[in-house]
Amino acid sequence: MRQQLCDALVKRAALPQMMFLTGDLGFMALEPLSAALGNRFINAGVAEQNMVSVAAAMAREGMDVWVYSIAPFCYARPFEQIRNDVTFHALPVRLIGNGGGYGYGVMGPTHHAIEDYGVLLTLPGMRVYIPVFDQDIAAVIDRVGATDQPAYIRLGRGEAPPGFTPPEYAGWRQLVDGQGPPVIAVGPLAGTYIRAIASLPQATRPSLWAISELPLAANPPPDELIERIASRGQVCVAEEHVAQGSFASSLAMYMLQNGVFARMVHLHARAHHYAKYGSQAYLRAQSGLDPESLLRALSVG
Amino acid sequence: MKSALDDERISVLRQRLVRMHFESGVGHIGGNLSCLDALALLFNEYLQEDDRFVLSKGHSAGALYVALWSVGKISETDLATFHQDNTLLAGHPPANSIEEILFATGSLGHGLSLAAGTALARRFKSSGGHTYCLTSDGEWQEGSTWEALIFAAHHRLANLTILIDHNGLQGFGSTAEVASMFPLHQRLQGFDIYIQVIPGHDLASIRAALDAPADRPRVILLNTIKGKGVSFMENRMEWHYLPLKDADYQQALRELSGE
Repeated sequence: MRQQLCDALVKRAALPQMMFLTGDLGFMALEPLSAALGNRFINAGVAEQNMVSVAAAMAREGMDVWVYSIAPFCYARPFEQIRNDVTFHALPVRLIGNGGGYGYGVMGPTHHAIEDYGVLLTLPGMRVYIPVFDQDIAAVIDRVGATDQPAYIRLGRGEAPPGFTPPEYAGWRQLVDGQGPPVIAVGPLAGTYIRAIASLPQATRPSLWAISELPLAANPPPDELIERIASRGQVCVAEEHVAQGSFASSLAMYMLQNGVFARMVHLHARAHHYAKYGSQAYLRAQSGLDPESLLRALSVG
Repeated sequence: MKSALDDERISVLRQRLVRMHFESGVGHIGGNLSCLDALALLFNEYLQEDDRFVLSKGHSAGALYVALWSVGKISETDLATFHQDNTLLAGHPPANSIEEILFATGSLGHGLSLAAGTALARRFKSSGGHTYCLTSDGEWQEGSTWEALIFAAHHRLANLTILIDHNGLQGFGSTAEVASMFPLHQRLQGFDIYIQVIPGHDLASIRAALDAPADRPRVILLNTIKGKGVSFMENRMEWHYLPLKDADYQQALRELSGE
């Protein structure tokens, strides 16, 4: 998604007040943006706390500010700066974290971001965007750029199967129709399930939904989805995020508050610390988030 | 209501500050008294519409409030609510309620980055004006403060002035005992900044330092006295925290008014 991100931000670079700050990351990806922005592209160095506070101050001065780093360095190290300097003042600083979830899998646990949106959504006014497909990025940048709230964009890798045409970007999308209990996946994970779910018999297969925006208060589930959950009595949620602070927990709260009672199957990231490391696909499988594990969970459910 | 300051007027502001802390029953008075001269001078003689100020040592909110009160930006009515329920004036600077207070501070190590970002943004916008930031000395133990200094020096922010309230005492000891960087100005001198070390309670010296031209970030290290003006508070660490008892308050007023 980095290529699409760069393209989308280059288009925005004509805005004279646009500023882009990176924590010394973006090699072999963001050079066109650097060229387009000139001195408004700032490599703030390996100093994420300063970078976020500088960004907050620039937003306070009316600049259009985007901050980029590897996902964990974007929210975990400078968390207090995000909390105090950005969200306490409701400033429109846009944090872009690359490699959300297990995106940097084999690089080790310091590079994983599996509690990012749970942590950030505790902050006032924070909006989270988790694009599913590469094609979503332009719309996400437009949407985030049009808001005046703090935002975090969790970038991953578009994983649509060959031949699949992603539907137009939206906070909620149904990717595969079916009559069984719905499956909801957060962000790019949804793309990895399309083929497996579509291969099931239409009469029993679940419908597959992707969610890309949180919190639910700003992006409530479509009525059609809620009706299906209620009528089937079950929903399966899959996310590359730990259970604490998960999307599933907020969906459960939403359902209970709205009188929707159904069993929930939750597939989630298990840990930063496995005995052995591997690719994102490997770590997803370790967490039971791969398509085969999903199908097993559905058959048991 | 801005006007030139003199020592007599500073003394009046000190008395108002002490009264405010006494009536509210709160501490942090020592570090407020050490920076009041510089703060009052900035607000009364220097800050114009295009200028910006960030109080990085948020625990000196009382001195900031009194300085703002002295130029009519905070009312007497509001000042009387300091630290009370339903007040605008919390123990550390609040967010989004007083125009001149740009950022809620109080967690140390944020303000210099905020000031640097403000200065750089204003340079990009060709907005003019100058950005001032007041830090404590203990705050230089925060890594993020050094991140900010590196950033400010690298971007050669000539529209940024960093004042350091160098009173030598922090929350649970002297800066020399806790994590000595003495002499602090020598630690700073390796950066591409313009440093001045001055007596921090001498208005003429502060004016001269603020008036000195600089083509890079300017650091003014104010050698100050924690609890300045009140004999039993001066250079005493406990007045970082202690509230004033009635007898303390009466004695402080007598000393500050020269009775």
